[in-house]
Amino acid sequence: MDWQFIFSQALTQAIGPTMLVYALGAIGLNLQFGYTGLLNFGQAAFAAMGAYGLALSVVAWGLPFWWGIVIGLAAACVMALLLGIPTLRLRADYLAIVTIAAAEIVRRLARATVWSDTTGGSDGMRGFSEPFFELIPWDREATWTFLFVSMDGGRLAVDFGIFELQYSYRDTWIMVVGWALVLLITGVMALLIHSPWGRVLKGIREDEEAVRSLGKNVFAYKMQALVMGGIIGAVAGFLFALSRANVQPDTFTTDFTFYFYVVLILGGAARIFGPVLGAALFWFLYNILSQGLSQAIRAEVIPPSVLDATQVGPLVFLLLGLGMVLLLIFRPQGLIGNRKELMFDVR
Amino acid sequence: MLLSAALAGLLLCLGVSSSATAQEALGVHGTLDDQQDQPVAGVSITVTDAAGTEIATVVTAEDGTWAVPLEAEGDYVVVLDESTLPEGLVVRNCKPRLEVEITSDRTALFPLDAQTDGCTPGESPTAGGESPSSDAGEEPGGEPSSESEDEAAEDAAADEVSEVEGEGGATRAISLLVSGLHFGLMIALAAVGLSMVFGTTGLTNFAHGDLVTFGGVMALLFNVTLGLPVWVAAIAAVVLGAAFGWAQDWGLWSPLRRRGTGLVSMMIISIGVALLIRNATLFFIGGERLRYSDYVGQRPWDFGWLVVTPKEVVTGAIALAVCILVGLALVYTRLGKATRAVADNPSLAASTGIDVNKVVRLVWTIGGALAAMSGVFLSISDGVKFDMGQHLLLLVFAAVVLGGLGTAFGAFVGAMLIGVFVQMSTLVVAPELKYVGALAVLIIIMLTRPQGILGRRERIG
Repeated sequence: MDWQFIFSQALTQAIGPTMLVYALGAIGLNLQFGYTGLLNFGQAAFAAMGAYGLALSVVAWGLPFWWGIVIGLAAACVMALLLGIPTLRLRADYLAIVTIAAAEIVRRLARATVWSDTTGGSDGMRGFSEPFFELIPWDREATWTFLFVSMDGGRLAVDFGIFELQYSYRDTWIMVVGWALVLLITGVMALLIHSPWGRVLKGIREDEEAVRSLGKNVFAYKMQALVMGGIIGAVAGFLFALSRANVQPDTFTTDFTFYFYVVLILGGAARIFGPVLGAALFWFLYNILSQGLSQAIRAEVIPPSVLDATQVGPLVFLLLGLGMVLLLIFRPQGLIGNRKELMFDVR
Repeated sequence: MLLSAALAGLLLCLGVSSSATAQEALGVHGTLDDQQDQPVAGVSITVTDAAGTEIATVVTAEDGTWAVPLEAEGDYVVVLDESTLPEGLVVRNCKPRLEVEITSDRTALFPLDAQTDGCTPGESPTAGGESPSSDAGEEPGGEPSSESEDEAAEDAAADEVSEVEGEGGATRAISLLVSGLHFGLMIALAAVGLSMVFGTTGLTNFAHGDLVTFGGVMALLFNVTLGLPVWVAAIAAVVLGAAFGWAQDWGLWSPLRRRGTGLVSMMIISIGVALLIRNATLFFIGGERLRYSDYVGQRPWDFGWLVVTPKEVVTGAIALAVCILVGLALVYTRLGKATRAVADNPSLAASTGIDVNKVVRLVWTIGGALAAMSGVFLSISDGVKFDMGQHLLLLVFAAVVLGGLGTAFGAFVGAMLIGVFVQMSTLVVAPELKYVGALAVLIIIMLTRPQGILGRRERIG
């Protein structure tokens, strides 16, 4: 068993491109669920709006890359409005059911063969990410070393002595952009949440009627939170699509949303850095478990009769599901959350 | 192999598409390209027939092409030997093994890339020494990549009918109506439990779909593993389903209620439970669709105006009888009345001396049993799959919301309407979009009449 390799891999992923996607999605969810108390179970659909908005604009309609970004954001906005108008006046669980249904509609429409000439059906689309990677400011031959960070032929390597993190040319760019976005968005979120607007959101979460009696338009505030969270979800979708250089309908399942929730709750809902911390921890745990188990099987520490390689994935997700249940029962505030802030109820 | 898919989530081109030029020649061929569209040479590809006899092993040419001529039509397995791939390349969708049905000269595609698209490699029977780093950045989850076949299989249940006839719109409509009623009854079995749990505890249980799967899997255990007849296995599964429902309330939900855990937290806990059950199922039975030993390819009764399989009639009749029994019990028995009282107003019910926790326990037990029954019946028609319940769950939600959240009778009516709607909509839309219609109905109901058909306004507040 190569523990060094396992830890290096887990650490690499813990701050890597996929983690950033989950962090961004969970930040959007944090605004909706953590601060406003909206149960959006369709965050995957918002990410799909971003990803498909970008891919369709560039591939199918031949628009420039930046137009694709704008269209993706607009699509997420429209979706939030469509979902919000009927449900935000109702009880919280109605929004939950409607968003989960809408997410499934989006996924099934995206994979439908009816218009697969345009959307690629279940194969999805690719070939929209080149303009993004052309923006990389360093060239493929870039080679330098600065303390323990080095770049070799466009690849970034961070050597901590015991562990070494390595990222490919493209992943490095995704991470630069992704971390910049995460920091920017958390910064804006921090300002918003500590503004009067943010206090109204928290008030809505705690007691909608009280806020309404103060003369606030609760519906409008909820809608703003839903739209903004959805837009952040779309940004996560862009990053997701770009990091894989393709979009595929079956990646935007309800499970995708559920993992956003795991990330959010793990880190701590209603905390600015909760989602980021949660995403890092989630990916660290996920990779250490799956890598560790795979290595253990390969090294025959675990005999194949007990666990074969195909069962590692389900086992890891089983453990993560169990972890989620136990976390919510015994530590609903996650790592850095405040327990009192998560006592709100369906009304 | 399908299992790997399950983890991964991506259905990347099942790799097979009919070749456009309809040649008389039979065979399978393709071109291997890497992610930069450069041809990949020297990779060995083996074609075996359905019986496992090797037909030929070829090596890709300089331009990446390969072809295997075949003698007869039928099902073949095309396997790409990953150990012969150049350093750093893997099959992106982790499917180095394709099952293809050959009726003409077909193309088999293996998308190659520097890394997998999130599936877990190393799980196909042939995959041997792929680099350990290839599964590092793996995506959690999602659907099995077998889904297209899978949803095709789901649809097949409905399409069977249409294929049988093809002509005669009215006949087809009748057949679809009947299969819709059957499907509706299956949804109703699951929906009654979900709705009653919601009514009595306020919990929207996202793990209810997995109780359906649980029933199907338990019957599979008794039927296939222990070799009991299907009907015995079905009864055992329903009993175990009841026990599972009881145990869930006893071990999880009831303590949570005592602790005063919020409904939102409970709802998210139920998501965790759903992930837990689903992945446990995947862990034990794998990602493939499994069938019971009996009643698989049953010969349908053909009445001329209606084609229906006996199993559909029997399971439908039992489901209907059970639904009626539950309805009668709710109206006439003491416990049924108590249940409705708790659903109406738990505090008031408690103050009149009803043991609310006992009623809730009963509701969970019955809900678990009915869900398991639904799972068994659905599996008799379509086979067991680890995510069958997850797909049903949204339709169950649609039914429950349509009927009115928290009302048992509403759930039944909603379920029948949704079932018929789903099947009948295939007259107008493509079968793959039939669920979309049902879910759209759900959203429209929310917009216009959020309390549902039989619900009351004050519940939705």
